[in-house]
Amino acid sequence: MAAPTIDHTLDEILNLAASHFKVPREKLTPDDDFFKTLGIDSLQALDLLTRLEQHFRIELPDYELQGVSDFRTLASRIQARL
Amino acid sequence: MNDLNFQGQTLSWQIVNGAIELALHREACNEIGSVTLEELEAFVSALPALANDAHALIIHSTLKAGFSAGADLRELFQRAQEMDKAAALRGVRSFLERIHSVMNALDASPLTTIAAVHGVTFGGGFELALVCDIIIADRMARFCFPELRLGLIPGFGGIPRLKRDLGNAVVRDLLLTGRSFNVMKAQQIGLVSQIAAEGEALRVARATASQVGKFDKRTAAAAKEFVKPIPYAELKQEIDIFCDLYSRPAVEEGLRKFVENEGVQPYLP
Repeated sequence: MAAPTIDHTLDEILNLAASHFKVPREKLTPDDDFFKTLGIDSLQALDLLTRLEQHFRIELPDYELQGVSDFRTLASRIQARL
Repeated sequence: MNDLNFQGQTLSWQIVNGAIELALHREACNEIGSVTLEELEAFVSALPALANDAHALIIHSTLKAGFSAGADLRELFQRAQEMDKAAALRGVRSFLERIHSVMNALDASPLTTIAAVHGVTFGGGFELALVCDIIIADRMARFCFPELRLGLIPGFGGIPRLKRDLGNAVVRDLLLTGRSFNVMKAQQIGLVSQIAAEGEALRVARATASQVGKFDKRTAAAAKEFVKPIPYAELKQEIDIFCDLYSRPAVEEGLRKFVENEGVQPYLP
């Protein structure tokens, strides 16, 4: 099966983040700083990472998130593991 | 209040349906500092009497953030600032020897011990789970040995116990990358026995404790002693290595950086 496109991956991340952190989906854009937009700290970021790993059925080491704070870059890190 | 029930500042215990439930509840995420150590020592002292009325021990956290974020690095750093380096090192060694006594007593308990973990299970918190016979994890649990980020190795007995339970290649991966990993990985490598739905780890642990209670206590204790040797020599060696590393200036700087970090990413590498 072909891997989903990066746009599809990005869309799924935004949907999951909006749903879990109870933020209106239309308020999230790919270049948002997710720490600020979602109002989360590092513990909640780890929670998000775990949910994303489960959703995409991948393992994404947290060091790959070092310095990553926007959804678009996060999507590219996930895409590289699909 | 008697030895069968205790309500402390950082933890509490009680016996429920034949299982001792040791609940951690120190905000923010059960960081293990001097008060937690004192209360764990009190628990270990009470354990032989408790064991007369129980067949299992469940260790869990009542805090949403997780099981435990590990050693209280803020306390460690601040105490070191209040004394000269030799005294600080003696203090660290003393703390490690005391926490090792606690961990060894839990490890050697004749009861069947179950860690019911969720969320952050890092460093010393991970090491506390590792002394247990069975780890039951909420599907949102995350495990990590982040000590190398600070220029240290795990100091509460983590490496010898990981080596006892897992393959050496896995131990190297977890230790040398300092990465956190989820329950799927934890179960795949043989660390986690059962995965529970979100918020259900304690319930699953209670069901497991109930099953354990069907068997003869003396037989269960004999079986445990046979399959779970305690690596005392390596545990002692771990304290020496930790103390050698701790006395370097780079460690003080690493701790300072962690303690003074007001950013949003202190738990990310």
